[in-house]
Amino acid sequence: MKLEVNDVAVAIASRRIVNEVSLEVVPGEIVGLIGPNGSGKSTLLRAIYRLLKPAAGYVHLGGNDVWKLSARESARRTGVVVQETPSDFDFTVAEVVEMGRTPHKGMLEADNARDTQIIADALARVRMNAFVERSFNTLSGGEKQRVLVARALVQEPKLLVLDEPTNHLDIRYQLEILNLVRTLGITTLVTLHDLNLAAAYCSRLYLLADGHIATSGAPEEVLTPAWIRAVYEVDAVSAPHPVTGKLHLVFTALADNLVST
Amino acid sequence: MTPVSTPTRTENMRPDQVRAATGFWSLQIGLLTALVLAILFAVGIGAVAIPLPITVQVIGSHLLPGWIAPVADPTQDQIIWVFRLPRVLLAVVVGAALAVSGTALQAMTRNPLSDPYIFGVSAGASVGAVLVITLGSAVMGGVSLSLAAFLGALLSMILVYTLAQQQGRATPMRLVLAGVALSYVLSAVTSYLVLRSATPGGGAAAVLTWLAGSLGGAKWEQLGLPSAVVVLTTFLLIAQARPLNALMAGDETATGLGVNVERFRQQLFLVTSLLVGVVVAVSGSIGFVGLMIPHLVRMVVGSDHRRVLPTVALGGGVYLVLVDLVGRTIMAPQELPVGIVTAALGGPFFLWLLRRR
Repeated sequence: MKLEVNDVAVAIASRRIVNEVSLEVVPGEIVGLIGPNGSGKSTLLRAIYRLLKPAAGYVHLGGNDVWKLSARESARRTGVVVQETPSDFDFTVAEVVEMGRTPHKGMLEADNARDTQIIADALARVRMNAFVERSFNTLSGGEKQRVLVARALVQEPKLLVLDEPTNHLDIRYQLEILNLVRTLGITTLVTLHDLNLAAAYCSRLYLLADGHIATSGAPEEVLTPAWIRAVYEVDAVSAPHPVTGKLHLVFTALADNLVST
Repeated sequence: MTPVSTPTRTENMRPDQVRAATGFWSLQIGLLTALVLAILFAVGIGAVAIPLPITVQVIGSHLLPGWIAPVADPTQDQIIWVFRLPRVLLAVVVGAALAVSGTALQAMTRNPLSDPYIFGVSAGASVGAVLVITLGSAVMGGVSLSLAAFLGALLSMILVYTLAQQQGRATPMRLVLAGVALSYVLSAVTSYLVLRSATPGGGAAAVLTWLAGSLGGAKWEQLGLPSAVVVLTTFLLIAQARPLNALMAGDETATGLGVNVERFRQQLFLVTSLLVGVVVAVSGSIGFVGLMIPHLVRMVVGSDHRRVLPTVALGGGVYLVLVDLVGRTIMAPQELPVGIVTAALGGPFFLWLLRRR
């Protein structure tokens, strides 16, 4: 399904965090949303997965306004992977993944054979099938993230939204999770901190600054020294990655940002 | 390519990593059996010991009058049917209600320390009850003790929900804080009313007894409404087990799974408040049941509400029947209010929980 965000503004406590933002993700694409902290990436994402209502503009998924759909129908189309707040309550990995079937099941409707198959497939895809009876809270960061991706998969989403999936993960798990997302083939919108990861895994990028889209396009068009200086206030030099050949950035602090000795 | 992971091997996992895979249905049947046995057992114990066969015959003769003949001694019949059975059944209903509401509230607030009284319900009910006890029912417009307690509970719930609102939202944190704050205020009001009551000393004892929670003097007429409310709300909550699970994972996750978090929380608030209000009106505030039973059950069956809710209902019922039995017998002929017994058990429970973790 195609995601169209048109002229969206999102306000929190009557302050517009996001303003006049338009973006689109065509089926099968992995699009990255990048920008410094406070630029409004998470806020924009929340408007897309229906946690915050836009003050202006619309969000269309598959041709429908997500806010005109029911919460359940929206959840049947959009799978979300966000930072999970640590919980005092414990679920097994199987139970966590099984929660993903919630938007598809009615009241008192038990899981059927198809549900069980979907859950098993999702766990296999993220390579966590040996962990089904493990307690979720005892998993490592990378393992937890994979389970959350499995939960999103079980929703059978047409759009996958990931908010900073690589935060607090070891480098191995950062690469692993993004590799996994790439193999899924689902229309994906992901926010990333690491610009090199964004360059390596996203076909297009939207650079957010102060709640506005500063620029968008292929990584080579967006991650230019000029834009990086303007938005991130650092100097960057790009060179092809020695192994993949893709765009790779190296950074230095701006001369006038350095504290004088 | 790395090989596909091997199938589950729970033996290779540390105990803290695996929740015991207890057979769910065998547990339910076990608890139901325990419940029936506890009822029959508890009904036979008291100032006058009545043997089990007589108990069964009494109950049978009332339930199936054409089939089972009444017992020879009408006193035994009266003791069982008029005095003890309503009380024991009330214990089942109240125990189930407290355990179920505690479970729902812990999920709703994502706080393992939530109990049924967290939203100031008990404090509000106390104010209503104390007004009737100290001023007399006539002054209170002929309102009975139970009704006054219920109205007090309802009022405090409305207050808490209103106070916790901010921009049309009542987050769990704000609800809990408002509840705690209001509880303190209303407890102070209760104490003040007792101090200023017309019958010095007399009012205090009655209030203390009510506050400690008691199932004494239970009558059949009192059972109808609470039973209906408990059964209805438990079924409603079981029907919403999936959204409850999702809610426990976080507001963002729940929204991503299609739950309308704000509206669901409102519904939960309404349902649990009604349940707790009805129960407090009829039995006072019996503590720890709503807090302990959900934790104990989760340790055995896990956190999935489809498994937890039926189990806490049965478990809560069994628990309170036995606790009430202890309260009735441990200091015979005097009666120890059931709330004191649960408190005495609650403290050690928490210490044990602390050591386990």
